[in-house]
Amino acid sequence: MTKKQKKHLTRIITAAVLLAVVWLLLPLEGVWQLLAYCVPYFIVGWDVLWGALRKILHGELLDEEFLMSIATVGAFALGEYREAVAVMLFYQIGEWFQGVAVGKTRRNITQLMDLRPDYANVLREGIEEKVDPEEVEVGETILIRPGEKIPLDGIILDGTTAVNTAALTGESLPQDKGPGDAVVSGTVNLTGVITVRTQSAFGESTAAKILELVENASEQKARVEGFITRLAHWYTPCVVAGAALLAVIPPLLFSQPWSVWVQRALVFLVVSCPCALVVSVPLTFFGGIGGASRCGILIKGAGYMETLAKARTVVFDKTGTLTKGSFTVTHIVPQKGSKDDLLALAAAAESFSRHPIAQSVVAAYGKPVEAEPEDAKDHTGRGIEAVIGGRHIFAGNERLMNEIGVPCAGVNEIGTVIHMAADREYLGYLVIADTPKPDAAEAIRSLKAEGVEKTVMLTGDKAAVAEAVAAELGLDEARAELLPADKVTAVEGLLKTGSPLVFVGDGINDAPVLARADVGVAMGALGSDAAIEAADIVLMDDAPSKLSLAVRLSRRTMRIVRQNVVFALAVKAIVLLMGATGDANMWVAVFADVGVLVLAILNAMRALLVPKK
Amino acid sequence: MKKMYMLEDLDCANCAAKMEEAIKKIEGVTYARVSYLAQKLTLEADDAVYDAVLAEVVRTCKRIEPDCTILLK
Repeated sequence: MTKKQKKHLTRIITAAVLLAVVWLLLPLEGVWQLLAYCVPYFIVGWDVLWGALRKILHGELLDEEFLMSIATVGAFALGEYREAVAVMLFYQIGEWFQGVAVGKTRRNITQLMDLRPDYANVLREGIEEKVDPEEVEVGETILIRPGEKIPLDGIILDGTTAVNTAALTGESLPQDKGPGDAVVSGTVNLTGVITVRTQSAFGESTAAKILELVENASEQKARVEGFITRLAHWYTPCVVAGAALLAVIPPLLFSQPWSVWVQRALVFLVVSCPCALVVSVPLTFFGGIGGASRCGILIKGAGYMETLAKARTVVFDKTGTLTKGSFTVTHIVPQKGSKDDLLALAAAAESFSRHPIAQSVVAAYGKPVEAEPEDAKDHTGRGIEAVIGGRHIFAGNERLMNEIGVPCAGVNEIGTVIHMAADREYLGYLVIADTPKPDAAEAIRSLKAEGVEKTVMLTGDKAAVAEAVAAELGLDEARAELLPADKVTAVEGLLKTGSPLVFVGDGINDAPVLARADVGVAMGALGSDAAIEAADIVLMDDAPSKLSLAVRLSRRTMRIVRQNVVFALAVKAIVLLMGATGDANMWVAVFADVGVLVLAILNAMRALLVPKK
Repeated sequence: MKKMYMLEDLDCANCAAKMEEAIKKIEGVTYARVSYLAQKLTLEADDAVYDAVLAEVVRTCKRIEPDCTILLK
């Protein structure tokens, strides 16, 4: 609570106690009773009255403070002193609660986006200086100790450490980093001292970009918010007009008693503020966007959340999005001997080559190779040959085997096949393929569970590979052998069905498709500025399951928004109706009005909560 | 020119909406957004008339929400 809010609360409590004392303990009559009730009334409501007065002078007649003042002064005039004080009291409780709740939500979000580094230790001519990160230039060397926030994006020059990227990605498992690795601002250095050469100025750094993005997310209005604003614009004038008619028409035309109808009109004024609606809708989106960013999902505006919640078609890029985008050994089929022996031999033979396929074999072996290859030779496009431990090894495709006269059976596998031969004797083969990410299938399943009707994969890869991946992951459709321009055409075709379409890619070479989709999602964006710029929603790490989480959070946010809108409108309508028939007095009206506000705000704050994994 | 200003003591969401509406009606304003949650005003107007527009914006805010101040950095 701020100082102002504390003072506000003190006034509310004092007035409440005084109201109770006057009501229950002081048997006063006439003018003395009026004066006694005026004490708590002015304590709690002087600022409202003063505000109202100033606004009348400015010509603002449909202001909520002015209307509250009319309602309470009117109640005094009718001799309903208790009601008058109570209405003012509850109105102030509502205002106070709103201030505290909104302040708390804002602080929560700023805290979780606690990326802004306070300082950087820059090494200048061998001397360490502590400076503002904004003063560090590109190419300078900075020193980061364990426990310190990494202030700027850069490359590690010296030292190894583990880095916690939770603030950016929501992933709490630390990542190991060593010389040559890139580190990203806003993450926390955990274990070792490192020196880093900076690659961007602070304003261009990942942390600054993300902060800017989150701060600006409230700029964009969702459609439902626009609807509420228009509604609020008409609501107050209508209710006030209704109150005026109610107060005047029955007594004048039907010679009804003035006091009864003026009282009913005052009930209208009590519920004349559309506050619950106006505050709760943006607050829900604010909370929803904040909660998502805590999970490493950055949503650039409430409108995207709205569309994502309605998504019926999700289109994925394949490589790097659903699959790892790197090669791994998927099968080892020895003709004789063990799988390990074949892999060890393959790793030894491939160890001299820089080719990605060769590297993946070495990586699959995972140990230092036992024997150094001699006389290694590269048969471009076919494979390699080397002498290992005196044996003449060939490793490559069918063509290479045919050339050296080693018979090998045709292999029907998805991916790249490496046949192995030693001294012209066939040993077996390895299959290397780009494998789906571990959570990809689960992500597709939960998207379906959230109501996505169609999942499509677009890829430039061969049809056989695409179909195998699509079948494994349970995708509805796969379109293969597409050039980047074909992907745009494919998405445009799918857009024609009219249902909201989400495209998910790595954000690097699919910017045109991201822009074309209703919602463009870039994943694996940590450290990629281009992706952050191009997409509407940014997944900081590269797990496809974050997309289904984003859909789930969006749908929950929209659910809360709908609950609040329906609830607030229904209660207002009922109170107005009951007020007109005389079934609701001022107590009911003020309870309903403040109650709706408090409940709608509490409900809205739910959007900030992050579901447990 | 598009600029952002912090708002102090903007206490109610409805007032924020009303302020935004009134600011949009000021001549020369091309874009305006008052965010109650962020306690921020984003204002865009033509460079040539920006200062005059800003002065009018300040007057408008004072009229609608006398307690609220625009922090002009």
